[in-house]
Amino acid sequence: MTELPQLTDRKLGLVIDLDTCVGCHACVISCKGWNTENYGAPLSDQDAYGANPSGTFLNRVHSFEVQPDAGAAQLIHFPKSCLHCEDAPCVTVCPTGASYKRAEDGIVLVNEDACIGCGLCAWACPYGARELDQAAGVMKKCTLCVDRIYNENLPEEDRVPSCVRTCPAGARHFGDLGDDTSEVSKLVAERGGMDLMPEMGTKPVNKYLPPRPKDELASDIDVLAPFLKPVAEEPKGFMGWLDKALDKLPGGAK
Amino acid sequence: MHPAPSVIAFTTLSGMGFGLLVFLGLGMPAVTGLTAFVFYVLAYGMAVGGLLASTFHLGHPERAIKAFSQWRSSWLSREGCCAVAALVIMGLFAFGAVFLGAQWRFLGIIGAGLSLMTVFTTSMIYAQLKTIPRWNSAWTPVMFLSFCLAGGALIAGQISLAQPLLLGAAVIQLLTWHVGDRAFAEAGTTIGSATGLGDRGDVRAFEPPHTGSNYLLREFVHEVGRKHALKLRVIGFGLAFALPLLLLLAQPDSVGVKHLLAALAVLSHLAGVVCSRWLFFAEAEHVVGLYYGKR
Repeated sequence: MTELPQLTDRKLGLVIDLDTCVGCHACVISCKGWNTENYGAPLSDQDAYGANPSGTFLNRVHSFEVQPDAGAAQLIHFPKSCLHCEDAPCVTVCPTGASYKRAEDGIVLVNEDACIGCGLCAWACPYGARELDQAAGVMKKCTLCVDRIYNENLPEEDRVPSCVRTCPAGARHFGDLGDDTSEVSKLVAERGGMDLMPEMGTKPVNKYLPPRPKDELASDIDVLAPFLKPVAEEPKGFMGWLDKALDKLPGGAK
Repeated sequence: MHPAPSVIAFTTLSGMGFGLLVFLGLGMPAVTGLTAFVFYVLAYGMAVGGLLASTFHLGHPERAIKAFSQWRSSWLSREGCCAVAALVIMGLFAFGAVFLGAQWRFLGIIGAGLSLMTVFTTSMIYAQLKTIPRWNSAWTPVMFLSFCLAGGALIAGQISLAQPLLLGAAVIQLLTWHVGDRAFAEAGTTIGSATGLGDRGDVRAFEPPHTGSNYLLREFVHEVGRKHALKLRVIGFGLAFALPLLLLLAQPDSVGVKHLLAALAVLSHLAGVVCSRWLFFAEAEHVVGLYYGKR
């Protein structure tokens, strides 16, 4: 049934730190790598080596420029994947029951055997989190690596989504956002974690941590100046003697 | 939104086909025998043809049967159920009219109601989407139903009804455009709320996630299609409403000329509705475009 569960036992999701993300796209690659060869249909590419390459991705990193009223502009790298919304509009529009939200952990999944590829769930998602795979003809979306997080064949440290495991900056966190005492919930409370497009009423589980305020820079100081100072202003020792000896030779610059 | 030909053909044809079924079910005209056969072939041709066209954009049309299961939550599923119910009931009614010369009034009224319900459920597939502010309004079902009734009356030859219905649909079309043009701004979704960074300053999409295009951009961002929007509105409005109304006002003496004008009015209306439906999709802006700095 594509009705949403009233309440989920846990709310598994991601917390993404916009202050820490360096925009390296490693999460994009590891996501594609894991998910193209595990759960469900592969993530296909079209014309991968041609003039107009295109493909299915479950996670993409945008970059935004923010220009405050005063001060320097800031570049913010912005990873975006399914937010596993509590009030997921993609689930209720599905005509076949292929899209569903799990009552036990709140993960939003697609049963690919029941998906007719009508695309309506992608229309209903404000975040662009769902992409219709052009080769398989079924809807693909982030599974929160459901085949990793409960997988007892993997070492314990690998039982997190692939993007979280890969992130070299530690900008991605995984946990239960329904539990106030969890690490991710504390992080959200501490850093003022925010929802994307709250006006859409989707109640996203994933939260974004806003960038921390930057230092104020006085505009007349060159930030690189300290690094440009000569290391030794007066040569000493052998170099000092050589400097003086060379000065005595004719033809040098005065 | 990408104006897919299959979906434009579907909403236009099935809207008009079910509109004709509404009037046939209500006994306007109360045709029987061979005349009825021609009318029902036309109605079923458009309604079923439209539904079949809509399956062309599916990734897995062979699983379409599953789409009847989620009527409790999904408007798309409700549409499928309503369409089949309407076609079955009106099929029985048509059988009576064509082969038995009967007009089973009660069955016809139920069939007409189900045909209207089908068009309503179609419109709600679009109207329910908060992500597309232009569609997310009561005007969407009002527009679909008014087009369905005007087109149905026109093709059923109900001239005295078609005139006011066409006029009504024309007014609703203008109001829908007027309200729709303001919908995105009124919904209040901006690149600031999409990124959560709006209160820090002006947010600008600096670099997209990939150098090429993707499914999202192809499906939801269609800036090119809006280039000639105003011209197409004038053409669509003229063909769908103005020209048919003028043709209906003409009172030629010859029956043959009258039929020719009526046929022209129907074709003009159909072409105009296709144009309006094309704009319905091409002008609709999905909020996901904001992440790409596009609309």
